[in-house]
Amino acid sequence: MKRLFPILSVLTAAFLAYALYRALVIAPTDALQGDVYRIIYYHVPSAWTAFLLFLINFVGSIIYLIRRSQKADILALVSAEVGVVFCTIVLVTGPIWARPVWGIWWAPGDIRLTSTLVLWLIYVSYLVLRRFSTSAQTQMLAAALAVFGALDVPLVYFSIWFFRTQHPQPVIGGGGSMDPRMLHTLLINWLAFLCFAFLICWSRYRLEVLHREIDEAHAMESLSGDRDSNKASMPLTRSGK
Amino acid sequence: MNAVKFLFAAYIATWVIHLFYIGTLLRRFSRLKQQLRDLGRDPSHSS
Amino acid sequence: MSSLRTVTLATLVKDIRLEWRSKDALNSMLFFSLLVVVIFVFSFDPLAEESRHIVGGLVWIAFLFAAVVALNQTWARELRNQVLDAYRVSPAPANALFLAKSIGNFIFVSVLEALMAPLFVIFYNLHVLGPAWQLIPIALLGTWALVVNGTFFAAMSLRTRNREIMLPLLLFPISIPAVIGMVAGTTAILTGEESAHFYIVLLLTYDVVFTTASLGLFETVLHAE
Repeated sequence: MKRLFPILSVLTAAFLAYALYRALVIAPTDALQGDVYRIIYYHVPSAWTAFLLFLINFVGSIIYLIRRSQKADILALVSAEVGVVFCTIVLVTGPIWARPVWGIWWAPGDIRLTSTLVLWLIYVSYLVLRRFSTSAQTQMLAAALAVFGALDVPLVYFSIWFFRTQHPQPVIGGGGSMDPRMLHTLLINWLAFLCFAFLICWSRYRLEVLHREIDEAHAMESLSGDRDSNKASMPLTRSGK
Repeated sequence: MNAVKFLFAAYIATWVIHLFYIGTLLRRFSRLKQQLRDLGRDPSHSS
Repeated sequence: MSSLRTVTLATLVKDIRLEWRSKDALNSMLFFSLLVVVIFVFSFDPLAEESRHIVGGLVWIAFLFAAVVALNQTWARELRNQVLDAYRVSPAPANALFLAKSIGNFIFVSVLEALMAPLFVIFYNLHVLGPAWQLIPIALLGTWALVVNGTFFAAMSLRTRNREIMLPLLLFPISIPAVIGMVAGTTAILTGEESAHFYIVLLLTYDVVFTTASLGLFETVLHAE
């Protein structure tokens, strides 16, 4: 297992490099937008990856609520955190793309970017709850919040969709069909980022497992009553998160 | 061309964010490894 | 079933009676609401042509802040004298407590809204161009949307370090579709420029979904230490 990670990392790095090459060199220049459109090769795969990760968070949370599985809880935490990272990238690259193409950084009626913003807010609030909760049942509360968040997603989408149809705004994402070469490049970049996301999640998962083991060890230490030994032992601090 | 500036800004921003996150992971890993070592060294630690 | 209704009613009556007797919270909330309206009046020119377009947003932002302040208070009372623990140990259904709290909050926030709304009408010289009666379902459904999730998240926030800030942190993102419904619906009715029908349906859907979710998960939240 330990040796697999470095190998996969190298492979993923190579894959990402190849995907980048395709995005910048091989993919044809867009007739309307010029070369700036190539931002989609990072913007869209990040969005799809983020959505997938949030879906995994939802599933993990449900499993935790039903079965109280620690693994499910760690999976939920990890997928939320990495999902927020990718979601941040979507929200950063989106306006960077919109500005040169549409002349504006943000359009409130742009359904994709606006829904993504709300999604980002919901999952950041999830992470904040996990961080600041003092309850022994943090995991349960977080799972409940995750369910609420997931239920909210379709409502967010439709509320913005209707608002948009009443107040027409520029569609930043751009619609229409795609040149097949562009589509291939898009999918290759997505695949590369999925591999990357997988490795990051794996690392974060291991980190969390290690963190919980150490916490448990600390707790056991305090409980096992080393009152007689002088207090050079660990204070029950939370390791830096 | 002015617009290409935005293209590179987007790509660079993406990797800055990713590398920042990976950096925090590495920092947390090393801190945990340190704690692990301290636990192992602690004479009162009962297994 | 009747136990649910009985306990809910009993708890609700108790809360209202307590609130009425203390009057502290009520009075300070009323004054706070007035202040919010006045600040808005000074910040957003009431004489401007477009004021009718923005008043919907202003009104609901004011209601939102008033609701958050009210919600933060309602659970604090339960924590004193370990009432919450007593409730957890009793055989009473957890949902009864939730319903009682939600309905109590709903009444409380509605009273605040009923006081703030006329102030907005006066300061902004509002007259409604669309079907005014539709403002009632929007107000009722919108308030319930804020209160039902607010009560649930307030209960969750009890277990966190920064209790007061945690409630809006959790509530606002999830409430966004409801806020869109409330604000766009109110604006639609005030300006008469479009039908508020979709927004009412949106709010109704939102309320059904999250009332169900809250009732389903509240027991879990209550029993978290």
